[in-house]
Amino acid sequence: MTLRSRILVLASAVVVLTAVALGAVLHASARAERRDHTQARGPRVAAGRVTLTDPGRLVFRNMAWGPHRDELTSVPATAPGGPRTASGVKCLRFYADSGTGVCLQAVHGPVSDTYRALILDARLHTTAHYDVPGIPSRARVSPSGRFAAWTAFVGGDSYAGTNFSTRTAIVDTTTGRLIPSLEQFRIVKDGRAYRSPDVNFWGVTFSADDRTFYATLATKGRTYLIRGDLTTNTVTTLHPNVECPSLSPDGTRIAYKKRVAGLPADAPWRLYVLDLRTMRETPLAEERSVDDQAVWRDAHTIVYALPGDYGADLYRVPADGTGAPQRIGSAAVSPAYLH
Amino acid sequence: MYVADSRASTPSAEGAVRQGLAGRRRHAVAPTVLALGTVSLVTDVSSEMVTAVLPLYLVAGLGLSPLGFGLLDGIYNGFSALVRLAGGHLADRGGGRHKWVAGLGYGISALCKPLLLVAHTLTPIGLILAADRTGKGLRTAPRDALISLSSTPETRGRAFGVHRAMDTAGALFGPLVAFLILRATVDGYDAVFTVSFCVAVAGVLVLVLFVPGGASAPAAPEGPRPTLRAALALLRRRDLRRITIAALLLGLATVSDSFVYLLLQRRLGVPDRWFALLPLGTAAAFLLLAVPLGRLADRVGRWRIFLAGHGALLLAYGLLLTSWHGTALPYTVLALHGTFYAATDGVLMAAASDGVPEALRSSGLAVVQTGQALARFACSLLFGAAWTVWGDRTALAASTAALAVCAVFSYTLRPTREHIS
Repeated sequence: MTLRSRILVLASAVVVLTAVALGAVLHASARAERRDHTQARGPRVAAGRVTLTDPGRLVFRNMAWGPHRDELTSVPATAPGGPRTASGVKCLRFYADSGTGVCLQAVHGPVSDTYRALILDARLHTTAHYDVPGIPSRARVSPSGRFAAWTAFVGGDSYAGTNFSTRTAIVDTTTGRLIPSLEQFRIVKDGRAYRSPDVNFWGVTFSADDRTFYATLATKGRTYLIRGDLTTNTVTTLHPNVECPSLSPDGTRIAYKKRVAGLPADAPWRLYVLDLRTMRETPLAEERSVDDQAVWRDAHTIVYALPGDYGADLYRVPADGTGAPQRIGSAAVSPAYLH
Repeated sequence: MYVADSRASTPSAEGAVRQGLAGRRRHAVAPTVLALGTVSLVTDVSSEMVTAVLPLYLVAGLGLSPLGFGLLDGIYNGFSALVRLAGGHLADRGGGRHKWVAGLGYGISALCKPLLLVAHTLTPIGLILAADRTGKGLRTAPRDALISLSSTPETRGRAFGVHRAMDTAGALFGPLVAFLILRATVDGYDAVFTVSFCVAVAGVLVLVLFVPGGASAPAAPEGPRPTLRAALALLRRRDLRRITIAALLLGLATVSDSFVYLLLQRRLGVPDRWFALLPLGTAAAFLLLAVPLGRLADRVGRWRIFLAGHGALLLAYGLLLTSWHGTALPYTVLALHGTFYAATDGVLMAAASDGVPEALRSSGLAVVQTGQALARFACSLLFGAAWTVWGDRTALAASTAALAVCAVFSYTLRPTREHIS
């Protein structure tokens, strides 16, 4: 083949390939329009006032298609399937307690997205914001509203190539003191000081004393429930195979996802409740794999998200292992019950 | 191999390609090198597009938890070393099928991209990424052999420098393209994968159309037959053995990039939001310095530049160990880290080329690359263990000492017949 004909072949191939590439991009960008239309038979959503101090309300990220997609919305806790009031504040992950909210959101830059954590007051005004170093995963606020915590996935800072790690931060919203990574805490594992470059933390849950928290620590391919102390900057392992713990309102039990042997690698978790006094594990009635940090609606009920047609749906299940899971709302994620 | 290379009348691939250049600008970079550089640039745009969006795709697009995703990496690293050796050997057989083995590697990687559109769970995605890396392992040695065979011994350092610079440019450009697509679309991961596929196909086409094949150029009759045994026997050659041993030893003391960034962040308090940008600093320095250092290597000796590159790395480690916390420190460390790559990555291949006969060029380069890659992987495991037991500072101090010792020892291993123009 002469140089001329080779250039011709390449040029025509590039034209075809460009057309295919352009088509794919146009197809994907047309999706934006479809998502701005309200979905048929979806929940009714209307703009309104959302505050974090209305007792008996449930606030979550609305995932239903339409103009209020991804906004924080509230519904009566007793009628979670009912009409939603949208706040205009967009979050990927959210939690609130005692009038303090934490909202993890994407900041659309000229090239790529960055992420930040907003601390919200009761009227959803931002009081502080912090950079989040990766894709937001978990968010929590302490029962008093004083501390907030979040976890993000950070890509590629581990030594084995395609590995991912997590970064978990805790902030004192009254003083602004930020712990950018729990990895700076001293670790006591099985009674001895422990350190390793592969340590990851995720899924903080706070106790009511504004000093104690629980979270997951992962190292060497295993996970542990840890109890952390915000005054001594120490974490201590308590129990193996606990991910995304969630402390019950009375502080005696932990709802969590447990990796159960024999399940597929893509869906390895089951919901369990751990009694912190006896360390007894109780499997809950949900038989699907749950990848969420559950919340306690009250002392007897766990609420969590499962993948659904529009991202995720909310379910509830009794905390004592009895009963059956029940869907309480569609196209919703990151629920927070206001007391 | 100064003696063999100087026989301009040898009807070898090298001679054939070089003859076309005779009488013209003696130091011009061969068209084949530019073609291969273009292939690498285009292919890196394609693969870095996918790499850049993959975490986001797994977490935000598919709702999967990516933790533990890298568990297979350890096992795969061993396999990848074998693939690399196989690629090198296959390319040498039949009188130089470098182009076609490299093409197979590029092709496999290209075909992996549309498969990502249909894989929605971790296991198939893991398998696709493994196939993608098999393609990468297969093509590396034949491609480097082609670069070394199509450039004169005097300008090999620069040829590799040009290729590595183009390669790195693609790696820098890829994430940018991917994020622009995500910006223009809603959940446009499918668009990213489709565009990545189209770009990869263009890369394969450039290879097929513009890189000359080796079939028309039989190996020098007196050269060793490219059997597996001959490939292994290469290690009996003093120069190649010395280079391999040095690459292995230095690899054992080369802390992997991700640890360097982690240390940089911990020791110097680089803010979290800059963390993802740290590799860009290394890449930018690599891109800028690959050609100048390649040329310098041609003039003052590849081995010297290769060792000097490790000196830059040693300096970077030293800076990480000091308690100086100036604002310029992260930039300096990243610049030194990029300098290390610019002075060692292509330069090592240029240096190794001198010690390998043409008929076994691909196998020889594969041996050196594999030794280095395995040593580096062993180092990251050792470093992780040292960090666990002693903490990060002591682990780094130990690596620094090891690197210094290995560098001094490697200086004594300097190849005897190094080519300096």
